[in-house]
Amino acid sequence: MKKITSLAVASAVAIGMVSSAQAATTLESVKSKGFVQCGVSTGLPGFSNPDEKGNWQGMDVDVCRAVAAATLGDAAKVKYIPLTAKERFTALQSGEIDVLSRNTTWTQTRDTTLGLNFAGVSYYDGQGFMVSKKLGVKNALELDGAAVCIQSGTTTELNLSDFFREHKMTFSPVVFDTSDQTVKGFEAGRCDMLTSDQSQLYALRIKLADPSSAMVLTEVISKEPLGPVVRQGDDQWFNIVKWSLNAMINAEELGLTSKNIDEMKAGTNPNVARFVGLDGPKGSGMDLSDDWAYQIVKQVGNYGEAFDRNVGSGSPLNIARGVNALWNKGGFMYAPPMR
Amino acid sequence: MPSDVNKGVAPSSKPKFWNDPDKRAMLFQVLMVLTVLGFFAYIISNALYNLEKRGITTGFAFLDQSAGFEILLALLPYDATYSFGRTFLVGLLNTLLVSFLGVILATVIGFVMGIARLSQNWLVNKVATAYIEIFRNIPLLLQILFWYVAVLQPLPLPRASIEIGGAFLNNRGLYLPWPVFESGFSLVMIALAIAICAVVWLLRWNHKRQDATGERFPVLWTSLALLIGLPLLVYVLAGSPMSWDEPVLKGFNFKGGATIIPELMALLIALSVYTGTFIAEIVRSGILAVSHGQTEAAGALGLNKSKTLRLIVVPQSMRVIIPPLTSQYLNLIKNSSLATAIGYPDLVSVFMGTTLNQTGQAIEIIFMTMAVYLTINLIVSMLMNLYNKRMSLVER
Repeated sequence: MKKITSLAVASAVAIGMVSSAQAATTLESVKSKGFVQCGVSTGLPGFSNPDEKGNWQGMDVDVCRAVAAATLGDAAKVKYIPLTAKERFTALQSGEIDVLSRNTTWTQTRDTTLGLNFAGVSYYDGQGFMVSKKLGVKNALELDGAAVCIQSGTTTELNLSDFFREHKMTFSPVVFDTSDQTVKGFEAGRCDMLTSDQSQLYALRIKLADPSSAMVLTEVISKEPLGPVVRQGDDQWFNIVKWSLNAMINAEELGLTSKNIDEMKAGTNPNVARFVGLDGPKGSGMDLSDDWAYQIVKQVGNYGEAFDRNVGSGSPLNIARGVNALWNKGGFMYAPPMR
Repeated sequence: MPSDVNKGVAPSSKPKFWNDPDKRAMLFQVLMVLTVLGFFAYIISNALYNLEKRGITTGFAFLDQSAGFEILLALLPYDATYSFGRTFLVGLLNTLLVSFLGVILATVIGFVMGIARLSQNWLVNKVATAYIEIFRNIPLLLQILFWYVAVLQPLPLPRASIEIGGAFLNNRGLYLPWPVFESGFSLVMIALAIAICAVVWLLRWNHKRQDATGERFPVLWTSLALLIGLPLLVYVLAGSPMSWDEPVLKGFNFKGGATIIPELMALLIALSVYTGTFIAEIVRSGILAVSHGQTEAAGALGLNKSKTLRLIVVPQSMRVIIPPLTSQYLNLIKNSSLATAIGYPDLVSVFMGTTLNQTGQAIEIIFMTMAVYLTINLIVSMLMNLYNKRMSLVER
């Protein structure tokens, strides 16, 4: 019955008839449903991709799991909804999903005109190029006249156009709906290069039949801060998603991991005591249980663990931490203190 | 008021309006229209109110903002500095381009195959049957992907293009030499116009003469000679005022000439081959609907087979063919929106896809896109209905 109601609400919004039955907060509806509805990509290794058993894995997926651990105490209570780049914002606006965690770039337009809020940055990315090694291109400035495969509805389309215009070069855009299609087009030789966020390029490269036939150019032409997105107008839910991400980053800074948190909990560090909810603000401000942050680290792990497991040294992508290292280790990852 | 009641009861005066079936029907219709209008007014105002409350921007101001993205195929001047309004037009023209070419091609394929299916020749008949049964029964989306992924993408890379007399075919498209007209070319166009006028006059004269004397003049050959010969003569006399812009391999790909992108080819082939099967069946049913007596009468008058088909059967069968043919045209136009599956930049892909995503104004954009398809199809319908009317008037 609830499913039918939410379906009806979603379709009503889709045709522009926003019903007034939105009185329940997102947290209440998540608790009554018993799961978090999370919008993810249609398959991007390292960020959101189902493994061979059909379990979703990746950085973006771990953000969803952290939100579920904080709100429901169980990181597995997530319903993943795969979305193309074109569908993602409408799905969030219409209430089909509770949080969008789908390698989405934070921009002014998206934050201010779509009725959405970005809850933070989970990965600092930048746009790059992948070319076939056969072309012998070493530098993006040699790409004049190239055909470029792009995914529709992304900031990538805009940055690419800016870059070529700035350098007085031309290109022909071949625009597909999903990243899979762009890879196929690239493989078939429909385009000379594929452009996307650099992290995605490494992920897509391992999807090629012969990954060594292509190379990712070192140039980065844009800033792409990726993060989870929520609907505007529900500040409590916005806070929950924001602090779930902050908790993962703070845990890494405090040295808390999924393995040692039980042991550290018994220690004397006041920061750890506040983190696990033995002291300090606990979860009352967000209507969560006191051990919400403990559950995140225990079940999902800290930011560094998630990074290594999904995209870093523990994964086939093997991306270096770079700017995604903690602020005190030369990166940008910095979360406000939990007190 | 007793006087009123008396008036109502009096048999000679008008009945009360709720007792008059005509007026009552009118009342219910007015009520119905008001309800429907009120319903839509409520939906619209409710949507506007809620969009406002959720901080989602509304209105059509986005059409003036600069688009910032490139489009693969644009029939109008376009680059990233043009507005979203222009992306709408570019997408619309791309939809119209593939629909227009598709309708023509599907009609040709359909008529040829429909007639071939009725042929006495065993091979021709079976080929037409096989074509219709295969392509009619495979989903269109699969066919589009087949032509794109299985036929056009495996073509060689630009550096190993297949050369067909000055044109080059590779997996980036078909590169054709394109004529460049120089100053004296207008004379050739004038000559062509004169030739067309002469042909029209010749046809009329022949018709009149045949009516009067029964004699026929070889119109076909004379017309062809006029249409080709006169412009050609002027062309040579004016000193060949035209050159060819040939595609040349430069950098990554060919430059110069005209390019037909593989997305357009795949979509066009798939749409016309698919719709062609339905048109073939419509043509066959139309021809079979003309009674056999007509053919026999034509034979008795001494008309040969091709003349019987051209002058007796096809004109009469058009009455039966045109109404369902219109539906097929409308289907083809709507099906062209499947372009987005292979990245052909049609209205749905460019405007309802990229533009929607860059601006986030889903309701306005979806509304505009639906209105466009509705308008195109209503216009096509109207033209076909006019044509249908003309055909049936001639008939009786």
